[in-house]
Order: sequence, then structure tokens, then C-alpha cells
Amino acid sequence: MKFSRKSLGIPYAVFLLLFVVGPLLVLFYYAFTNGEGHFTLRNLTDFFTDPNTLGTLFYSLLVAAVTTVFCLLLSYPTAYILATSKLKTKSVLIMLFVMPMWINFSLRITALKEILTLIEGNLAYYPFLNSVIGMTYDFLPFMILPIYNTIVRLDGSLIEAAKDLGANDTRAFLKVTLPLSVPGIVSGVSMVFLPAMTNYVVLDMLYNSTYIMGSLIGSYFSAYNWHGGSMIALILLALICIFTLITDSGSAEDSGVRGGALL
Amino acid sequence: MMKRTLKVGFIVLMLLLIYAPILILAFFSFTEATQIGQFRAFSMQNYVMLFTTEELRDMILGTLLLALGSSVLATILGTLGAIGSFYSRKQFSSMYSTINQIPVINADVVTGFSMCILLVVVLGISKDSFIPLIAGQTALSAPFVYLSVMPKLKQMDSSLYEAALDLGAKPGKALFGVVIPQIASGIVSGFMLAITLSLDDYFIATYTKPATFDTISTYVVNATKGSHTDIKTALWALSTVIFVIVVIIVVGMNLNARRHSDSRRERA
Repeated sequence: MKFSRKSLGIPYAVFLLLFVVGPLLVLFYYAFTNGEGHFTLRNLTDFFTDPNTLGTLFYSLLVAAVTTVFCLLLSYPTAYILATSKLKTKSVLIMLFVMPMWINFSLRITALKEILTLIEGNLAYYPFLNSVIGMTYDFLPFMILPIYNTIVRLDGSLIEAAKDLGANDTRAFLKVTLPLSVPGIVSGVSMVFLPAMTNYVVLDMLYNSTYIMGSLIGSYFSAYNWHGGSMIALILLALICIFTLITDSGSAEDSGVRGGALL
Repeated sequence: MMKRTLKVGFIVLMLLLIYAPILILAFFSFTEATQIGQFRAFSMQNYVMLFTTEELRDMILGTLLLALGSSVLATILGTLGAIGSFYSRKQFSSMYSTINQIPVINADVVTGFSMCILLVVVLGISKDSFIPLIAGQTALSAPFVYLSVMPKLKQMDSSLYEAALDLGAKPGKALFGVVIPQIASGIVSGFMLAITLSLDDYFIATYTKPATFDTISTYVVNATKGSHTDIKTALWALSTVIFVIVVIIVVGMNLNARRHSDSRRERA
């Protein structure tokens, strides 16, 4: 047989079909069938008529939105100051902000939990605040890194040109730097918003009894309700698709951010 | 001047916020305290506990082996996939890339749950076989390997491969001798990414792991819900150990990068 470089991709193609496409097809099947294997829309209508599940959807959108705003307010100045500083050590400094990504999240949240317990006494009193603090703490590097990468690559001569043309610092920032850093912001927002809707383990660890979308999957899983869980997963998948299309994110560079890759 | 102080102040404050919990935990891990804020005698008991308790040792070793195994698999599959896709016709290549994006943008909860449904519920593969767990983590990280190899293939000088063939090399030899070395840096960073993803994974593991097996993430999450204080404080020690390891790796990488750029400058 003639050697073909194309055929090297076959194992991965099979792998993708089996373990990426396969699970999604099964998810579809389970979401639209009941225990006896008959087609049904019950799972879908149940979700949109039950005030509890609808409430969870809106609550998790709220948690995600507030977390994203928090992350953005903290990350943008950080990334901006680091990216525009003339320090030779700025690559070391940004490393300090990214390094927590490589420490297991469960250990970082444990540390945060101990501190919050010391400050608040009982964590159960402030479930919403704690969710936002926990998620912000967990996801902050994912917001800082893409914004930093965008600002650091900005053409400095554009800002000089703006100043030569009479803009003061504030105006140059608002008219040049900020609009040009939007791609980094969008990328950061997509790295934070979606996990903040689904990453329920952060809430669990902070003794939180409130539910976000991810927690619903967890509770259906514990109840062996595969059909209900599949519907939730499918709804989440739809939200993710919509969000990805709007922000046009999910590029190769974004994926590097997720792994904390400065390599 | 005022502005500069403000900037430095902000950065310092942010670093404090990020590192204070980890450092405070590290401080109390060297004492007999069972809660943060309790000032007790210094002691190494948490570290003794961490390294002598069989359950903890097995859990750490298991996490590392799983990360290594799934990352090696992911690196082989992802690299082969990228090479295959790169040399395929455009439609196929874009199909690869589209399907490859699914685990990247998908929520881990959904990936883990759907993996569990397919492999465990539908196909009836036992979680105790570790197959669902390894397949799940590989499916999570192989796409990231693919994505870090692909740009290297695009930057590669493709005429070198043709030249090797013209000089009489067999295609396989030309691939290993010419193509692989040119994309090696992408393969290495893909592998590193796969390791970090596996080490940090909670959701895939929790939906697909055998009941008696724990990774660091699943173990710590369960431990925070329990009331075993000796285990809890031993995990503070684990957090400190991992923190120190990460610092050493990062400093090492920085020094290495600096040495490289220095030698490059000298050569120039």
C-alpha cells in the first residue's frame, strides 16, 4: 500500500467520531426520549415550565454576568498597567498572575474557603456573594491573559499619533487603546462567562446550596435521571453555541489561554 | 509620580488578593492549627501525614499516572490528527477542525456527562475498567494538542519533506526525520497543555471515574465536604507542596528562556 500522509489522521478521525461526536448524538437521543425509549418533548417542556429550573437558568445567568463584570473590572487595569509598563520584568509579572492556573483549582478554592470562613463566620449567609468571589478568584487569570496579550501587541505608534494630534492621555486611551483591546476583552469574557454558568463545583466547595445550570446536571446524575440530565446538557450546549457564534470566540489562541499556555 | 504609585499599588494589591489565601494556608500548614487563624505550635505533622498516609499517596500517584497516560495518548492522537488534517483536502481538513473545536468550547460538565452516558449507560463499559476515565480525559485534551501542533505545520518549510524524498528517504523516515523535528515545539507545548488540563480536571473525572479511585480534584472536593480535620489539614500541606513545585517550574522556565535569548544575542 502506498504511504499517504493523509492516512495518518485516521486514528484521530475515528477517535473524534467515537468520543466527541458519539457522546453528543447519544445526548440528543436521551434528551428527547423517556425511560421506555419513546420519543418525547417532556424533558424540554418540563424545563421551561418548572419555575425551579427556569429560576436556576436566570440565577446562573446572573451569577455569570456579575462574575464576568467583576473579573473585567479587576483584569483590565491589571493587564493594561502590565502591558504598558516599560519594566523589563513585565513578562515575569504577568507570569505571577497566570501561575495560579497551574495550581489545582480545588486547592486554591480550599484556601479561599478558609479565608472566607474566617471573615464571614458562616459561609451560608452570603451564597450569591461567595459564588461570585469564588468564581472570580478561580477564573481571573483567564481574563487577564487575553487582554494583556492584546494590549501588549498594540502598535504604540498609534497612541503617539493620537497624542501628536492633540489628544490627552484619557482621550487617547478611550479612542485608541480601548477600542483596539476589544478582541482581548471578548476572548476573556467568553473564557469566564460560560464556565461561570456551569462550574458548580466551586459553589459546592463554598458550602453553597444555590444551584446554577451545571448543578442541575450534577443532581440528575446523582438521581440516575439520564434523560433529564441530557436535556439540561443540551440546553447548555445550545447556550454555548449561541454565545460562541456571537463572540466569534473559540479560536486556537483562546484554547491556549485555557491551558495557561505562555509556552 | 502620583500615577505611578497608583499603578504599582494596584498591581501589588491584586497580587496580594491572589496569593494571600495560598500563602496564609501555607503558613498554617506548618502548625497544629485545625482552622485558619488559630495560633498553635509549629509542627510538621501535616507533611508527615501527607507523605505517609497510604490513601493520600495513592491518590496523588494515581492523579499523576492518569495525567501522564491520558496526555501521552492525547499527544499521539492529536499530533497524528493534525498531520493528517494538514495534508488532507480542504473539506476534510475543515471537518477535522470543526469537530476538534467541540470539546474546546464545550463545558466540561457536558463533556463528562455525555461521555458517561455513551460509555457507561449505553455501551455498558464498567467505570472500574478506567476506560471511560482515560477516554474522557483524552477526548478533553487531544483537541488542544491538535491546536498547538497545527500552527507549527503551517509555518513549516514544506519543501524540506519533498527534498528528503528526492534524496531517497522513505516517506516514513522523511516524516520522522524532517516533519516531526519542525513541529516538535508544538507537540511539546501540546503535551504540557494536556498535562495541566488533566491535573486540573474535575468534571470528566467525577462522571467517569471508578468509585474507589480519586484524583486530587475529586478527593479535595469530597474532603472539604467531610469533617476529617487531619485529612483537611494534610491537604493544606499538599497545596503548599504543589505551590512550591509550580514556583520552581516557572522560575526554571524563565531562567531557561533567558539563557536561550542571551545565547542567541551572543551569537548574533
